[in-house]
Amino acid sequence: MISFAPTEEQQAVIDTIRRFSRDKVSRARHDADENNAFTPALVQEGWRLGIVGGWLPEEFGGLGEPHSAISAAIYAEELAYGDLALALQVLAPALFGLPVFKFGSDAQKARWLPLLGEDKQPALTAAFTENGWSFDPNSMKTTARREGDEYILDGVKVRVANAEGADAILVYANENGATQAFIIEKGTEGLQISQRESLMGLRALPTYSVTLKGCRVPATARLGEDSGCDICHLLNVSRVTVAGLGVGVARIALEHALEYAKQRQAFGKFIAQFQSIAFMLAEMQMEVDSARLMTWEAAWNLDKGNEATRECVLGLNYANDTVMTVADRAVQIWGGHGYIRENPVEQLLRNARAFASLTGAAML
Amino acid sequence: MIDFEIPASLGKQLQILEQVALNVMRPASRHFDVHEHDRPWDYIKLMWDGGNNAGYRGRAGSGDLLSMSGGEGGEKVSGPKIRNLALMYTVEMLSYGDCGLYLSTAGGALGAAAVEAAGTPEQRERFLTRFKGGEPKWGAMAMTEPQAGSDTANIRTTAKLTEDGKEWILNGEKIFVTNGLMAAQESPGIVVVWATIAPGTGRAGMRAFVVEGNTPGMTVARLEKKHGIRASDTAALTFADCRIPYDNIIGSPELAKAEGKDSKGFAGAMKTFDATRPLVAASAIGVGRAALDFTKDFLFKQGVTIRYDAPPNVLTAVERDVMRMEAQLRAAWLLTIRAAWQMDIGISNSLEASMCKVKAGEAVTWVTQKAVELLGAEGYDCKLLVEKWMRDGKINDLYEGTGQINRLVVARRMLGYSSKEL
Repeated sequence: MISFAPTEEQQAVIDTIRRFSRDKVSRARHDADENNAFTPALVQEGWRLGIVGGWLPEEFGGLGEPHSAISAAIYAEELAYGDLALALQVLAPALFGLPVFKFGSDAQKARWLPLLGEDKQPALTAAFTENGWSFDPNSMKTTARREGDEYILDGVKVRVANAEGADAILVYANENGATQAFIIEKGTEGLQISQRESLMGLRALPTYSVTLKGCRVPATARLGEDSGCDICHLLNVSRVTVAGLGVGVARIALEHALEYAKQRQAFGKFIAQFQSIAFMLAEMQMEVDSARLMTWEAAWNLDKGNEATRECVLGLNYANDTVMTVADRAVQIWGGHGYIRENPVEQLLRNARAFASLTGAAML
Repeated sequence: MIDFEIPASLGKQLQILEQVALNVMRPASRHFDVHEHDRPWDYIKLMWDGGNNAGYRGRAGSGDLLSMSGGEGGEKVSGPKIRNLALMYTVEMLSYGDCGLYLSTAGGALGAAAVEAAGTPEQRERFLTRFKGGEPKWGAMAMTEPQAGSDTANIRTTAKLTEDGKEWILNGEKIFVTNGLMAAQESPGIVVVWATIAPGTGRAGMRAFVVEGNTPGMTVARLEKKHGIRASDTAALTFADCRIPYDNIIGSPELAKAEGKDSKGFAGAMKTFDATRPLVAASAIGVGRAALDFTKDFLFKQGVTIRYDAPPNVLTAVERDVMRMEAQLRAAWLLTIRAAWQMDIGISNSLEASMCKVKAGEAVTWVTQKAVELLGAEGYDCKLLVEKWMRDGKINDLYEGTGQINRLVVARRMLGYSSKEL
């Protein structure tokens, strides 16, 4: 039966994350961006909110519920509402853990999932994105070829969060035309973590480019081992989660724009009282709500087990467009002040554009 | 729990309505577009006899609108809990068939909605029972005047109380009355007329009155010739010393004594917009979906399939356009059913009702214009219905408040501003 109300359990988590985002992250956001790092304590606190707690099996410290794409999307929104860099840093281990949970062999689950139930954030991440304007998740340039009972990986990945010091990285590669994932552990020969990247935004998020040169791993390192993984499904889960992040960034941008417009005066009234500004705000609100509902519907389809690629792609594209437009309008409403790094919307505009390369697709 | 599943019973109703849309409405579309002031009696009777009533019957859950008797065992499809949602789905589907024909559907519509929202129990009984049976009847809303559209406080039609206090005398001119001919002259329907009891006081003097069909003094001055939705009659009504009973002022007659004070009756009846704006949005989306489906089908026959998960560097401009069309319509639809869901569970939805109206009006305009473009020369040809859908769709960005006035409503709600502040 149609409803737009989260469950009580979801609402409790939403409230918890929202408090964290509002009371702690928003205060730390500016300095973290300038200093290229959040304090480890804040990252750990974000991890301990228990974002992955729902679907993690009980024996590993979770609740053992089915994974919910809707929950993933709404929690992502609340985290990104605080800060996108922090959200991505906190969620990085889930990029490793969730595919293992969904497609890992029993041995892989037994080895890695317990780490996700611990209070300390595990040093796990995933390497997905590649450079190039024609990057296609279904046809990657990084290759994996089978040789005896080993796989050999070659290629270059970028935007790998928390790669430095990671115990293991889930590397996606092209194996005979299909995308599969491989668990590459720390110290594997041919695995090279390059210098930290310097990006337009997300400056507090430690990301690295990762090079694989004849990187040999045992056949058991292949996610799902002989069964492999369903990249289409993983992509769709990732799409709605990233879309949720986008909605969160757009929402905080709108909030800053609204507050500013209600207190900034010009020509003897508040600028929100000018229709050119008021209409912008109205449109921003419409787009934020639209993007959220598109994301929810796509996630709901995933949770129902429907083939939902179309919905997930449209939802993500929508969120991509929305976050960029809304962040841009927020800067516009702040005028020249919006261009100053001391003010919150400047950073949001830089972060918003990250969605173009987070997902490899942004529609005009 | 966040959920997008519709009840099975509603799904069944929609299957029936889809047949009506495709097999009854579409074949008649062009005729009533060309013969603008013909009335689509076959469609009107089919819907009326099937118990379908375009709008409110005065009681939630009394089997209104959707009781197209598919439910064996008297199963009520539109119980109180999904009444508005069911309406949205219904209106969307009928507009998918033909938006002009849908608007011609007999029933209480906006007129009844105003009585429903702000009338007394006695008034509901007196004015709304007629829509439950007998011959087809229409309810209409007469708000706009030549000099006042969205600026409703600028209405000049007057209502004056006779000296003995027994009657109101209405004088003025109303335009753009949907189904005005049918409600005022061709059936014993009702016209809800907005008039001022204290000229010059703006909103404060505004009241709504019920004028029953064929009341002397109310005449149909002309029928408009329109860009689209030609199957729907859009009338100009003249009121010249039109006398109606004292009790026909919507709400408590005490309101009459509250001259010059802002009345709850006005606010109450204005609230009908919260219910009707999502309906307009739903109708818009139905037209948009018709154009989108046709376009996708047309392109598919030319060998174009939409590659949703292809990287941007290989997508064609046409694929991007189609994806955007789908996304815009879907977003508008989700905003619309959210506004309806809020009504059903009793949450105030003024902000969301205006939001979905803005979004859907814009989406249908853009989508249908795009559809004509994507079909090339054929898109412009009256052999196909696409050009008609473009003309039909545009109305949704204009009536029940233009996209601009609705943006203003959204902004005021967001900012907590009154009409004086913004």
